[in-house]
Amino acid sequence: MVVMVELRGVSKRFGDFSAVVGVDLGIREGEFITLLGPSGCGKTTLLRMISGFETPTEGAVLLGGKDVTYDPPYRRDVNQVFQSYALFPHMTVKENVAFGLRMKKVPKAEMEERIRSVIAMVSLEGMEGRKPSQLSGGQRQRVALARAIVCRPKVLLLDEPLSALDAKLRHAMQVELKELQKKLGITFVFVTHDQEEALTMSDRIAVINKGRIEQLGDVSQIYHRPKTTFVANFIGQANILGAEVLSREGDRARVRLEAGIDLVVNAEYLPAGASQALISIRPEKIWLQKTRREAVNVFEAVVEDELFKGSTDQLRLRTDAGLKLTAMVANESSGQESVHAGDTVFCHLHPDDIVIVHDG
Amino acid sequence: MTPTTGQVPEFQGAQRRRPGLRGWLLFSPLLLWLLAFVVAPTCIMFVYSFCQRDELGQVVFELSLSNYARVLDRTYLKILGSSIGYAGLTTAICLVVGYPVAYWIGRAGEGVRNKLLMLVMIPFWTSFLIRTYAWMSILKSEGPLNGLLQYVHVISAPLDILYTPTAVVIGLVYSYLPFMILPIYGSVEKLDNALIEAAFDLGAGPVSAFSHIIVPLTRPGILAGVLLVFIPSIGMFAITDLMGGARVPMIGNVIQNQFGQARDWPFGAALGMTLLALFAALFALSVRKDEDVAA
Repeated sequence: MVVMVELRGVSKRFGDFSAVVGVDLGIREGEFITLLGPSGCGKTTLLRMISGFETPTEGAVLLGGKDVTYDPPYRRDVNQVFQSYALFPHMTVKENVAFGLRMKKVPKAEMEERIRSVIAMVSLEGMEGRKPSQLSGGQRQRVALARAIVCRPKVLLLDEPLSALDAKLRHAMQVELKELQKKLGITFVFVTHDQEEALTMSDRIAVINKGRIEQLGDVSQIYHRPKTTFVANFIGQANILGAEVLSREGDRARVRLEAGIDLVVNAEYLPAGASQALISIRPEKIWLQKTRREAVNVFEAVVEDELFKGSTDQLRLRTDAGLKLTAMVANESSGQESVHAGDTVFCHLHPDDIVIVHDG
Repeated sequence: MTPTTGQVPEFQGAQRRRPGLRGWLLFSPLLLWLLAFVVAPTCIMFVYSFCQRDELGQVVFELSLSNYARVLDRTYLKILGSSIGYAGLTTAICLVVGYPVAYWIGRAGEGVRNKLLMLVMIPFWTSFLIRTYAWMSILKSEGPLNGLLQYVHVISAPLDILYTPTAVVIGLVYSYLPFMILPIYGSVEKLDNALIEAAFDLGAGPVSAFSHIIVPLTRPGILAGVLLVFIPSIGMFAITDLMGGARVPMIGNVIQNQFGQARDWPFGAALGMTLLALFAALFALSVRKDEDVAA
């Protein structure tokens, strides 16, 4: 697997503020990687060091194996789709798309052909003569995209490009972007604070918090095996509970919750010799039944209240000993038995659905 | 890619309202001022420009085109030509010197920006005449400029700068530089930094980004600055009188002379009207180019 972008011990300080702290990251050729984190976590600064708008205080940026740490943006084979789109207001759609090719002095005939094909690719035929002010938000987005990909960059950087669109258009664009990335085979580095967007589009996600990469992994890994409480809470919902470690055997451990319930859990992230641990349980992984099934990790709880969420119901559970949990159940077919507020239920948990997490 | 829904073009500026009665009421002071002190005098001068003068310099209402014929005399055309030359040179120097200053102020942080703008405006705290006399004492043969140049042995004998076209241009540049800086600053300040970054991102070096993106987007400010410097420079007579020592005739001095010593108001009016027509044409041209940009 070829590494397209490599960040080696990259840090960036603005005065006293450390925006990025010692980040090591290898981005593979042709992958769709998302830098995900809350606002101010340093993800945009990280992106800007790849594009060349910021120079790292420490560390190196490599592009296709070549050190570009101190190269200006116009000498890097990367292009960016800006959050505000940054379309040139005095140029038409076609002139905007042509700009990068003009700067690279691409021959006229080839230029025309490339513009035509990219405009078709983003469905902007007939809009070539319009100015950005005569376009809708979604159309501007497409122009920004076309303007970048027409240059055939090694890496396309996208800085929250969908944040200005309404929900429906955003969802449509997520799918389109993903398809476009597969078709072009260009490496996409996507920055967002929207966890759902990250899960929908990415091959891999780097969760960033306080200038550091909290966890890097493929989408399923990030969701099912969060390493820290931050990752567990930021991506999806999680029940984070304190527990005492009773025993450990291979990749399984037995822990006791503060409420006195014993659970068998996945011990992948449990440090050797730890006596205390935090565990994370996704609400939808709690399997609720009105009768007890024979299995490990079964306990009784009462449904305190329910929140209707459309396709799912969010339930608040409480055990006799006062343990509170949030569970999520699908709104099943009318023919099936469902769980409602006031019901007594049995919670069934598979050991692999209970993950040890670090406090972070 | 498939087209997505919701692609209704949003035309900007459609919601701009027409001024109502209250708008006109608020606007009326400026309107009255313009009528009383611009439109009315211009109309009077327009009529005068077709009249004659008697021996005592009184305006006689005998309508003819003779004053305009005199404007086309070689002497006056030459003075008009050289005035346009000096004003053009002044404008060019102001643009070259003023643009980087305006750009730098416009891109500076918000706190610094206001302090720097203050520096541009500080000269206006002193009377224009005092500043002009100050320049005269700086430029004269035994003045500090010549003293300094001789002291560091750049020159051996004092340069004659005062009472030359050079002095006039120095005076004009000095006086009108702020009128170039301020409108350009206004355009630069509004310039979205992401646009400059986008240009760099798409492979434009500093020179290309400047000529393809920054200049076109700050053009309204450049045009306003050029007009604000060029037009008053042509008509200026005080600086040419004082610093040119009346040896550098500009059209402003000729006009002033007609209304003063020569007591030939009709001819002065004709010269003034000619200049006005020139400016109007210049303005129309710049507005049309501006609309090309905005369209």
